[in-house]
Amino acid sequence: MKFRSPLSQATGLGSAKHGFSHWWWQRVTAIALIPMGLWFVISVLCLAGGTHAQAQTWLSSPINATIVLLFTLTALFHAQTGLQVVIEDYVPTKWINLVLLLGTKFAAVIMAVLAVIAVLKVSVGG
Amino acid sequence: MAEFTLPKNSKVEKGKHYTAPASATNVRSFKIYRWSPDDDKNPHTDTYDVDMDDCGPMVLDALIKIKNEIDPTLTFRRSCREGICGSCAMNIDGTNTLACTKGVDECKGDVPIYPLPHMSVIKDLVPDMTHFYAQYASVEPWLKTKTPVSLAAERLQSKEDREKLDGLYECILCACCSTSCPSYWWNSDKYLGPAILLQSYRWLADSRDEATGERLDSLEDPFKLYRCHTIMNCTNACPKGLNPGKAISEIKKMIAERSL
Repeated sequence: MKFRSPLSQATGLGSAKHGFSHWWWQRVTAIALIPMGLWFVISVLCLAGGTHAQAQTWLSSPINATIVLLFTLTALFHAQTGLQVVIEDYVPTKWINLVLLLGTKFAAVIMAVLAVIAVLKVSVGG
Repeated sequence: MAEFTLPKNSKVEKGKHYTAPASATNVRSFKIYRWSPDDDKNPHTDTYDVDMDDCGPMVLDALIKIKNEIDPTLTFRRSCREGICGSCAMNIDGTNTLACTKGVDECKGDVPIYPLPHMSVIKDLVPDMTHFYAQYASVEPWLKTKTPVSLAAERLQSKEDREKLDGLYECILCACCSTSCPSYWWNSDKYLGPAILLQSYRWLADSRDEATGERLDSLEDPFKLYRCHTIMNCTNACPKGLNPGKAISEIKKMIAERSL
């Protein structure tokens, strides 16, 4: 038997006073990914027939390496914010929810570090 | 995980079939969801054949005829029978709408009638609205001011500012929109849903209100407001032709405006 009033249940713990920044950056990164994504696909198509050395030369250009990194990091950030929404929507069990949320965030960070090292290695190290 | 299948004792079974008199020539069938808390039976759909030559044109007319002449145990809410009270909101022919403003001729074939989706059922077509009304109370839907006004004066509003309330004040809180929203189905414990957010925006948009900041504070929450993913079922469902989806976007815009 619950003796809490309906209003008390509806109010719950009150507002978390955040949510805007997540909503905002999900949209900003979505828009930013359009030109970067196009550029990335076209670049990969152009390189597809070439040799490994050609691809390495292409990535050793600071501008190309910068855009590849920006594209990868933005995509990872955007994917993580999107997955967060899906998990919040569909996983009501609190501990599973937290494990999944932390898991996707850690995975995104690991992949980001990996991407930076990989691109720098090819770009600078040769 | 969210529940996508019904538990065993909630599986909807086939119920009784009440046929129309043999003399009837213009017969329509209504397949109506039935559930009673007073027996241990599963919910079931009873079929009622109604002689439309001896019945009003709206779905509510048919429901009232069934209750009066065929089966007095059929339970549903109704009051004004003209789309202003919001009592007879239910799921008719797959869409949440008001039985009193939905014409039987708008439905093809048999007319399936269910209670509003994803709400606890009290009996037959009557859902439990307690939490929905509590959520409405939680947004404090009244004019809040700090500036004192003498009893003899009015709080003035320009014609332009009054027009900003058009499309908002007409909401009758029938809950057709909220119960059509998947986000509200999965997270209604915390997500306020389109109806309550539209009502909330009605006070945010009011030029006389002096609590805009506090109202936005209490809405800025990943669940209360940002569970809205602009699915727009709400706007499709609204029997009054309002646009809760747009009202929610306006709230998000207001929060963006003060944050950026």
